[in-house]
Amino acid sequence: MEILAAAEAFSGNANVIGYGLAAIGPGVGLGILIGKTIESIGRQPEADATLRPLMFIGLGFVEILALLGFVLAFVVK
Amino acid sequence: MTPPTLLAAREGFEAPGAEAFYWQPWIELHVAGVDISINRTILTMIIMITLVGLLFVLGARKGRLVPTGAQNVVEYGVEFVRNQILLPVMGPKGLGYLPYLVTLFFFIFSLNLLEVIPGVNFPPTSRIAIPGFLAIITYILFVQAGMKHQGVGGYLKEVLFPPGVPWYMMILLTPIEFVSTLVVRPASLAIRLVANMIAGHLMLTVFFLGTAYLLDRDLTIGFGILAMLMSSALVGFEIFVAGLQAFIFTILTAVYIAGSLEPAH
Repeated sequence: MEILAAAEAFSGNANVIGYGLAAIGPGVGLGILIGKTIESIGRQPEADATLRPLMFIGLGFVEILALLGFVLAFVVK
Repeated sequence: MTPPTLLAAREGFEAPGAEAFYWQPWIELHVAGVDISINRTILTMIIMITLVGLLFVLGARKGRLVPTGAQNVVEYGVEFVRNQILLPVMGPKGLGYLPYLVTLFFFIFSLNLLEVIPGVNFPPTSRIAIPGFLAIITYILFVQAGMKHQGVGGYLKEVLFPPGVPWYMMILLTPIEFVSTLVVRPASLAIRLVANMIAGHLMLTVFFLGTAYLLDRDLTIGFGILAMLMSSALVGFEIFVAGLQAFIFTILTAVYIAGSLEPAH
């Protein structure tokens, strides 16, 4: 009986589903960004000092979208 | 011998929510209707910035040519900001901004580290007021730098009406440029830092409380040990995130100021 009672309702809210969908794009984007940086450094190791700060700047821009989804999941009632 | 599902359904694990970020005020202070009470967050922030300030003051006292002791540590920090953040982005003409960028980097880094320091375990930068104010300062800095170098009207014209764009595209482009440069930049700086710190703090809290919950009950001790190992890995990850977010905030500040100093288009 208790298992049935625990499994009866869909708990939580749609905010978390929204965040899950919002995390797909930045996940793919970060993979492309960091993968391309690794590939470029592999082709030309002396460009490491140039490419790494650019990767971090790009990382900031891409990650903000996923974090906006995370924050809005809490803020919007 | 009841299955674990029934056990969990009966006793329940209380996941932390928004109340994990609120601390009761210890000393109530109100100035002209503004609530500036001192609670645990403010106290730890004051202690941390006193310590970091002390480190820098001790490092700058005897300026030896070959640094030792505190001066060595401080010089390492200043040279990191100078060579990795300022010079690649702004070039030598931006060296006037070095004091602010060093202060910004070490302020954010030390406050972020409070999340993993045992006993404190709460980053003041997860409250929107602190990153919000830093973002406002950065906003004022890059708008003021642009207006000083290109004049008030010149800077707004360069931002809102990029040269070389036909007039029919301007109708679409100007609101987008306005929002993207003058609204999204400071907002995203603040939200990036706050959301990273909130997510990290919630993750660590869930893992620590979950480890205690799992270790408490005989049936799940194995999972409790796994959770403890994962918590340790997450503490290391949070130290990395603390440094990374300080670096990103500082380097984006430098990028925005550099973009105002020389017209991009």
